Amino acid sequence: MAEPVGADALVFAGVSKVFGAGRARITALDDLSLAIKAGRVTGLLGPDGAGKTTMIRLAAGLLRADRGRVHVLGQNITKTARAVQQRIGYMPQRFGLYEDLTVQENLDLYARLQGLARAGRLARYAELLKLTALGPFRARPAGKLSGGMKQKLGLACALLRIPEFLLLDEPTVGVDPISRRELWHIIAALRAEGVSVLVSTAYLDEAERCDDVVLLDRGRALAQADPAAMESALQGRCFRVTHPTTPRRALQQTLLAQLPVLEARLDATSVHVLLAPDTTPPDITGAAWQGVAARFADVFVDRLHARRPAHARAEATAPATPRESEVVLEVRGLNRFFGDFHAVRDIEFTVKRGEVFGLLGANGAGKTTTFRMLCGLLPASSGSLLVAGQNLLKAPAEARRQIGYVAQKFSLYGTLSVAQNLAFFAAAYGLRGERRGRRLAWAEEEFELGPFQAMNAGDLPLGYKQRLALACALLHEPPILFLDEPTSGVDPLTRSEFWQRINHYAAAGTTVLVTTHFMDEAEYCDHLLLMSLGAALAAGTPAEIRAAAASAENPDPSMEDAFIALIAAHEQTIRRAA
Amino acid sequence: MWGRLIALIHKEFLALLRDKASRFVLIGPPLIQLLVFSYAATFDLSNIAFVVVNDDPGLAGRQLLARLTGAPSFHEIATLPSTDGIAAFIDSGRALMAVHIERDFTRDLLAGRPGPVQIIIDGRNSNTATIALNYANDIVLAFAADWAASHGTAPPPASLITRAWYNPDLLSRWFVVPGIVGLLTFVVTILVSALSVVRERESGTYDQLLVSPYRPWEILLGKAIPGFLIGGAEAALITAAAMLWFRVPLTGNPLALALGLALFLISAIGIGLMISALAATQQQGLLGAFLFLVPAIILSGFATPIANMPVAVQYLTLMNPMRYLMVILRGAFLEGDGIRALANQYWPLAVLGLASMTTAAWLVRRRMY
Amino acid sequence: MNGRRLAGLITKETLQIFRDPSALGIAFILPLFLLLLFGFGVSLNAEHVPIGVVADHPNPTTDPLVAALRHSRYFEVRPLAGLGPARDLLSRREIDAILWLRNDFARQTLTEAPATIGLIVNGTDANTARLVQGYVLQAWMIWLAQQNQAAARPLGLSVALQFRIWFNPALRSQDYLVPGLIAIIMTLIGALLTALVVAREWERGTMEALMAAPVTMAEILAGKLLPYFVLGMGGMALSVALAVFVFAVPLHGSVLILALASALFMLVALGMGLLISSLARIQFVAGQIAIVVTFLPAFILSGFVFDIRSMPAPVQMITRILPARYFVSILQSVFLAGDVWSVILPDMAVLAVMATFFLGVTLARSRKRLD
Repeated sequence: MAEPVGADALVFAGVSKVFGAGRARITALDDLSLAIKAGRVTGLLGPDGAGKTTMIRLAAGLLRADRGRVHVLGQNITKTARAVQQRIGYMPQRFGLYEDLTVQENLDLYARLQGLARAGRLARYAELLKLTALGPFRARPAGKLSGGMKQKLGLACALLRIPEFLLLDEPTVGVDPISRRELWHIIAALRAEGVSVLVSTAYLDEAERCDDVVLLDRGRALAQADPAAMESALQGRCFRVTHPTTPRRALQQTLLAQLPVLEARLDATSVHVLLAPDTTPPDITGAAWQGVAARFADVFVDRLHARRPAHARAEATAPATPRESEVVLEVRGLNRFFGDFHAVRDIEFTVKRGEVFGLLGANGAGKTTTFRMLCGLLPASSGSLLVAGQNLLKAPAEARRQIGYVAQKFSLYGTLSVAQNLAFFAAAYGLRGERRGRRLAWAEEEFELGPFQAMNAGDLPLGYKQRLALACALLHEPPILFLDEPTSGVDPLTRSEFWQRINHYAAAGTTVLVTTHFMDEAEYCDHLLLMSLGAALAAGTPAEIRAAAASAENPDPSMEDAFIALIAAHEQTIRRAA
Repeated sequence: MWGRLIALIHKEFLALLRDKASRFVLIGPPLIQLLVFSYAATFDLSNIAFVVVNDDPGLAGRQLLARLTGAPSFHEIATLPSTDGIAAFIDSGRALMAVHIERDFTRDLLAGRPGPVQIIIDGRNSNTATIALNYANDIVLAFAADWAASHGTAPPPASLITRAWYNPDLLSRWFVVPGIVGLLTFVVTILVSALSVVRERESGTYDQLLVSPYRPWEILLGKAIPGFLIGGAEAALITAAAMLWFRVPLTGNPLALALGLALFLISAIGIGLMISALAATQQQGLLGAFLFLVPAIILSGFATPIANMPVAVQYLTLMNPMRYLMVILRGAFLEGDGIRALANQYWPLAVLGLASMTTAAWLVRRRMY
Repeated sequence: MNGRRLAGLITKETLQIFRDPSALGIAFILPLFLLLLFGFGVSLNAEHVPIGVVADHPNPTTDPLVAALRHSRYFEVRPLAGLGPARDLLSRREIDAILWLRNDFARQTLTEAPATIGLIVNGTDANTARLVQGYVLQAWMIWLAQQNQAAARPLGLSVALQFRIWFNPALRSQDYLVPGLIAIIMTLIGALLTALVVAREWERGTMEALMAAPVTMAEILAGKLLPYFVLGMGGMALSVALAVFVFAVPLHGSVLILALASALFMLVALGMGLLISSLARIQFVAGQIAIVVTFLPAFILSGFVFDIRSMPAPVQMITRILPARYFVSILQSVFLAGDVWSVILPDMAVLAVMATFFLGVTLARSRKRLD
């Protein structure tokens, strides 16, 4: 490739990067060549392990390429790392904040490191604190900020000296929807000032906010284009499918079993389908097909040739008729205090057999605390909890056979192999003889764990860790399944595959209680409880919640819009009360 | 039910032994410590460097010096013309001791008067100084007795004959090596058990266990039994090394030793599990183990006798299981003790074991939330 | 080095030290804890050793010997009726030694044939046994002198042995343990604490942000080094004050030399800590390595408790590569002997070389990159 032109903020020319050695060799970037134009916002998307973080770190001069050249703002980063670092801003995945230092002290540190003169500093602080609305929290330690505030502080630290080129590594992970929106407003404002931005993200809808998108997979660039152009390339392949009698979830199962269907996602009231190129909609009696515009999620699935889970290809299971009357989980007047901190306030809900029930909210909303109380891992301060008619905290150990549990971060024995983990959980739940063999074989086949049997659970790719955790939780065929943030940190493809599985088990009669901070996953649940700051914001079916947030200017809000509207309303009531 | 418990124990072993780092913690440091302690932790002086100033022209002075240089523990490095040069050798640490035989030594001896000899010792390390002093004293007394015998002067009215029971040659190693059996068993057992619960809590698998049909006591046993087996194996291995490699005789009843070790392991595991239940992270667990181990080892009688400690501290050591184990180990190895002779060590260990395990069980249950 | 950037890093590090109780704990509480533990808990001077005295026929000749033992602060005399019960007590560890004056003792002392006094010690603890033996020997010699004077006959003991113990005439074990302990404490502050705080920056992802900022690696290292150097010297000052004022260890040498040697050793320890943290980026692993390669050897092989001169030759060779060995030697000399240049200069030279080596290797190894 020729020497970089002035109009490119970042140029990769034949860049390769390999980590580790011997058997543990991982090729993060494989002969990657691309150019990122100056003055634009470029999104970096791809599944886990695609090389997004490696690429951003190479651009920040934190890694050295094994082969190839990296030019940032026209300078070779290997030769002039420090000169380049004066001109760029970089925010690492975990924001790079000193948690025991206050907001102001963090700003002071990075201002000095950027070499800002004292005089210029104060004016810049004022601007940044205004931009990030952190002004009132200057004296608060960074560790005590919410996820969204940490993210904004991290950004402010990267922006102290107005950079020519801003690198953001997954800035929106685990951050609430309002903060995500605010971040994108800041990014838009920076672009208006002429700053080039490269941002990696796990949220596919964010791709649509970028001027350019780079799709990365296994260290190679699959595509680089304007997201709108990528979407319009799928013209005529996306449909909104409805059926007068079949429920959405059953319809989705049926659709997924059809060959030309690449992807079927649950939408507000219908199923969104992406067909393989040059195919026609399969014939399903009663189904209404309506052509719709593609979304970026479709582009992602199309370009990455999603591998579909085994059972989806098999015959779709006929949904067991849910005995609507039977209440499996019942929570009344639930409260939990940690010292003075009121973590969960007066939560109430019931879950019926065969339902998928979602607890939604940003990090720190009290979802996990509620969840742990339900599993009997944490006593409630007040209120009643019944799981299959019992309080698990006090019930005899045998009652816990009723539940399967997948913890946050897929807690398994990392130094035990996949087979050893499965064998241990089989024994822990007292599986013996023929049943043990049958269930272990089922787990291996259902979750395609065969090739990984001898691998340590800790070394599995993230998606497979999630599968193994689910397999361990389902070995004893529990009627109730508890899932705590099962999709956090997992790429969009794995998330969609995961939800297909969950729908499958729910259809077969398993009751599922799940927490998530992805608002779009709300559509997969039958009933929801939206939480914020420990309190319930709204409860009901996804349609009911969206309807409650509908307004004149937004008659058909997405779940994220609904959440933001509800939070705004909630905060107003709190303010009025105060 | 037993199947489930065995699965729990099996899992614990796999988790400990499959991981390179934790396998190293079990095997590496104990081995290094065994070697280093056994060879380096000694108070025996084998090479006392000394300088000589002999102002005595006579025979007796030369005879006394010959005895000193001939003694295996002494090593003459210089003969100085005058006492002025002594300071340079002692100050720089090149010599531990200076022997000054005064001018009238032979004359006085022949005249039946005590001949004057002066010994100067570097007291910076008081223990080394005391031992060197005793060695020198022995040699000079022996010379005096022989001189008296051969020259017909009156012998001293009495002689002192010393016998050391259980360790006739007074080898430090015989004292240190049995102590190491206890020390390493203690360290490994505490580390294994102190990290066991908190490691699972940190990785989130502890919740996974708590939502399974395991009962709290099963989980506790599942943690305690692997610690017991590993501690026991470690103890057996080091005992074998002590006997076969370091040649320390096991004169007492091996069963008495085994019983003592078993009781000790229970109390050590109880303490380890207590630390583990209180710690929120592995690092806290490690720090807790360290903060417990250092005083427990120092105040156990491993290196310095408990009798030398202030009385208040001596009472404190009654709560230290290591203290009883030290007596059991040395009793069984060197003093030929059997079960009955050690009964007074067993029951406090049993009490401590019961107390620590109960507390651990209570803490583990409480810290489930 | 840019002053503004360095000042920023130092301010940050200082604020963190004061916010994080564990750093202050390692720097100030731990020294206190260890000094009190060793100062009060560990003594190699046996005092009040229980000794059984079996005098088959007590009489005026033996009384002074028993009295000499009784008046010695080293012994606690228990008169016993016979050798049988005495043996029992010894095997039950209720007494540590038996002094046996046979029934014919008094008669024999009057005859030509020398009488024998039997001393039986429990040899299990060889060191204590030797101390007991030495103390009895001293008591016995005093008694001999008295006997001879009383009898007005020539001394049976033909050599007048005179001991002069330099530097620590009372042979107090605290006087050498406490200065040595300071080396252990400085190792903990310098190596363990530094290794942990750098690893913490890696773990929390702040190192990544630092490296992406336009600072040099030398500035990052200096930003760690200076605050912990000050902290370590603070811990040192505390330890010296405790040693002198609480444990009454004499300080014969000059405070300046002490400070200079400590500063050099602190640099070595910090260099080791930084080097460890450049190898291990997880606090758990860094802590383990720091304990195994710096703390344990400093504890056992530095001459702090166990005299290096007593170790086998190969082990003595190993101790030569341990920085703590040189610092312990300086400390014991400066405290007890004074400014002995023949010890201090060579030891300080070695420390200076080691400091240069560790800091140099760390600087050379540290690249401003994550791989």
